[in-house]
Amino acid sequence: MDCNCIEPQWPPDDLLMKYQYISDFFIALAYFSIPLELIYFVKKSAVFPYRWVLVQFGAFIVLCGATHLINLWTFNVHTRTVAMVMTTAKVLTAAVSCATALMLVHIIPDLLSVKTRELFLKNKAAELDREMGIIRTQEETGRHVRMLTHEIRSTLNRHTILKTTLVELGRTLGLEECALWMPTRSGLELQLSYTLHHQNPVGFTVPIQSPAINQVFSTNRAVKISPNSPVARLRPASGKYMLGEVVAVRVPLLHLNNFQIYDWPELTTKRYALMVLMLPSDSARQWHVHELELVEVVADQVAVALSHAAILEESMRARDLLMEQNVALDHARREAETAVRARNDFLAVMNHEMRTPMHAIIALSSLLQETDLTPEQRLMVETILKSSNLLATLINDVLDLSRLEDGSLELDSASFNLHSLFKEVLNLIKPVASVKRLYVTLSLSSDLPEYAVGDEKRLMQIILNIVGNAVKFSKEGSISISATMAKPDSLRDPRAPNFFPLPGDNNFYMRVQVKDTGIGISQQDIPKLFTKFAESQSPASRNSGGSGLGLAICKRFVNLMEGNIWIESEGVGKGSTAIFYVKLGLPVRLNESRLPHLRLQPKLGQTSFPGLKVLVIDDNSVSRTATKGLLVHLGCDVTTVSSGEECLRVITKDYKVVFMDVSLPGTESYNVARFIHDKFPKRHEKPLIVALTGNTDKSAKENLLRVGMDAVILKPVSVEKMRIALSELLDHKKDVHEA
Amino acid sequence: MDGVTQLQRQFVEHATSLYREGYLDDQFTQLQKLQDETNPDFVVEVVTLFFEDSEKLLNNLATALQQESVDYKQVDAYVHQFKGSSSSIGAQRVKNVCVVFRNYCDEKNLDGCVVCLQQAKNEYLLVRNKLEALFNLEQQILQAGGSVPMIV
Repeated sequence: MDCNCIEPQWPPDDLLMKYQYISDFFIALAYFSIPLELIYFVKKSAVFPYRWVLVQFGAFIVLCGATHLINLWTFNVHTRTVAMVMTTAKVLTAAVSCATALMLVHIIPDLLSVKTRELFLKNKAAELDREMGIIRTQEETGRHVRMLTHEIRSTLNRHTILKTTLVELGRTLGLEECALWMPTRSGLELQLSYTLHHQNPVGFTVPIQSPAINQVFSTNRAVKISPNSPVARLRPASGKYMLGEVVAVRVPLLHLNNFQIYDWPELTTKRYALMVLMLPSDSARQWHVHELELVEVVADQVAVALSHAAILEESMRARDLLMEQNVALDHARREAETAVRARNDFLAVMNHEMRTPMHAIIALSSLLQETDLTPEQRLMVETILKSSNLLATLINDVLDLSRLEDGSLELDSASFNLHSLFKEVLNLIKPVASVKRLYVTLSLSSDLPEYAVGDEKRLMQIILNIVGNAVKFSKEGSISISATMAKPDSLRDPRAPNFFPLPGDNNFYMRVQVKDTGIGISQQDIPKLFTKFAESQSPASRNSGGSGLGLAICKRFVNLMEGNIWIESEGVGKGSTAIFYVKLGLPVRLNESRLPHLRLQPKLGQTSFPGLKVLVIDDNSVSRTATKGLLVHLGCDVTTVSSGEECLRVITKDYKVVFMDVSLPGTESYNVARFIHDKFPKRHEKPLIVALTGNTDKSAKENLLRVGMDAVILKPVSVEKMRIALSELLDHKKDVHEA
Repeated sequence: MDGVTQLQRQFVEHATSLYREGYLDDQFTQLQKLQDETNPDFVVEVVTLFFEDSEKLLNNLATALQQESVDYKQVDAYVHQFKGSSSSIGAQRVKNVCVVFRNYCDEKNLDGCVVCLQQAKNEYLLVRNKLEALFNLEQQILQAGGSVPMIV
């Protein structure tokens, strides 16, 4: 190339040169602008990891541009400096371009891999989107199930449960039809019970034993069945082109007694209902997995809800039954109570009503006996007396027995003479026995105490009854009565294995045996002996009279005395032996025994007490005068005081009895009693203190006795009462004194 | 002797009516039994004592209930006394009122007490009149030379 200097005027045939010139210029421009752009944009972007590369690239481009620019001077003749610059530029450019080329070998794969990563991430994002879609669907399904379950479980009415299930399922899944087939009672057919759209399904039935149904029943999954199967043929045949898919699932019907918490019965329940669900026709919808799962879950829930409903029905029925029974029982109880009350009232009335005339009859007949009578009259009166005594005894027996059964009978407890009790029995029985020519012997063991504490009257009744029976049923021979103190080892009798006598410190057991040589008792009659009104059927005993109550009453009394009674016999004609044990108390030392509330027995005591010095304490003047009058009438020498202090001033040992009205204020009565006790320590000098009170409380009486009263008399006091009380008091004092 | 029989019949009627209407009870009969030759005026004595006692007690009760702060213990004590004396002579109705009176005292029921006091007073006056009439009849019979029939 010729070196042409640049002249202001272009030579007209250097067109090529001109184009080259211009191109170089533009190239240089481009070359310079590219790095600028790069720098600008890179500065803008925050993340660009390859700055150094960029610098290199920039340098490369700048130098290339520089080269092209310097070319502009080389078209014409140019100086050596320009050539030098050109050379330098070219060299540098070469160096940088080589370096850049080398660098790019490393960089470009990286840059490419960025692209791949981008693609990869895009795929991942798409996948995640898909999965989220699925989860959302599942979530919705779950919500539907919960909502369905809630609906189903919110009622305990079987009908509502089933109807709600169908409705909600229909809604959630968008079903065309939904039906429930229940097994009939015979278990051989399925009957259409509920459908979604038909209000009252006409009792379609379908035999259970069909392959499709068996298939459904054999698994707890929801099974797709053919739309043409009998259970699915519910829709009116409207000539639809394509019937929607049908799914059926079994619903186990649990029996109540299959309900175990941890043992969900799988194969033990044979009864299933069938739920059939049909998608809408012509919709090309398919059953999705999650929809099937929903159906299965719902079917289970329905089973549970139905069982709950059944249980509730059962328990309501049981509760109603119990209430009815309760009412009936209450009624019966009230009736029974009324009956008992009526009987008690009746007895109470009859007691009084019957006894009063009886006493009148007996009393008057005995009085009549004392008068002058012709022999016939005497005989008549004696018969009247005997019959009325029998009747009185019978009345007493009956009344006693009913009181005993009630448990309202209480034994008296008083000290009495055991020996004289037996002697009295003997005396009573001797006349009858001697008429029948029977020998009666009594033997009391020496270790039997003379005095005992218990119910004397009832004990006498028991012994008399037994002995009386012995005499009654014996035509000849002898009766032997023996009473002994029971030994501990002999107390356990093999014939009475349930009898465990426990003698205590103050008690002892008495054994009484009555042996006779009478007609005996056959073995089969022995158990009936103590039963009320049961008499043995043997002719020998038939006519002996007696109400059949005696032994029953004896047994009751003996039991009340914590004892036992039985009769042995070797057979008919071989006599019999009656044995009983009773528990009696040992009396406390005699000189300390106190009289309890005075028994008003009609003993023939003193009729008047001439000169008996007595003191009356009463703050009420009227009452004081009345009591004084009473005692004066009985012949006493009465002094009256109106307060405790006066009494204490006046009292001497000449006074035999002090009558104190215990409505004295405060603790005066107690103080007076105490004072008197202290003033007269010697028992035979001390006046007897008798409290007069209107208070009928048992505890009040006991309190009075405890503070030192010798006796308590209930106001109002009649002349008779006072007389009897006084005579008893004085007798007792005499006895004690002489003891 | 017609007048005497008449008087005696009146006496019996009056006396039985007293028992029937509950003014007197068995205790009065007991008192009558205590009257004999050695003690001819026993019943009259006791009854007079009762009248005196009752007047005193009723006055005390009226005063006690008019106090500003009523001492129920004291009132109760009086009523107790009254009850005691009335039961000693067999004034049944008076005694019954006293029982109710005591309940009101326990409850510290002033109104009830006041009402009871009035009732007690009424009953007392009634029984007093009746007894005085009875004694009058008795006197008349005795003056006419007859004997007082026994009421059993």
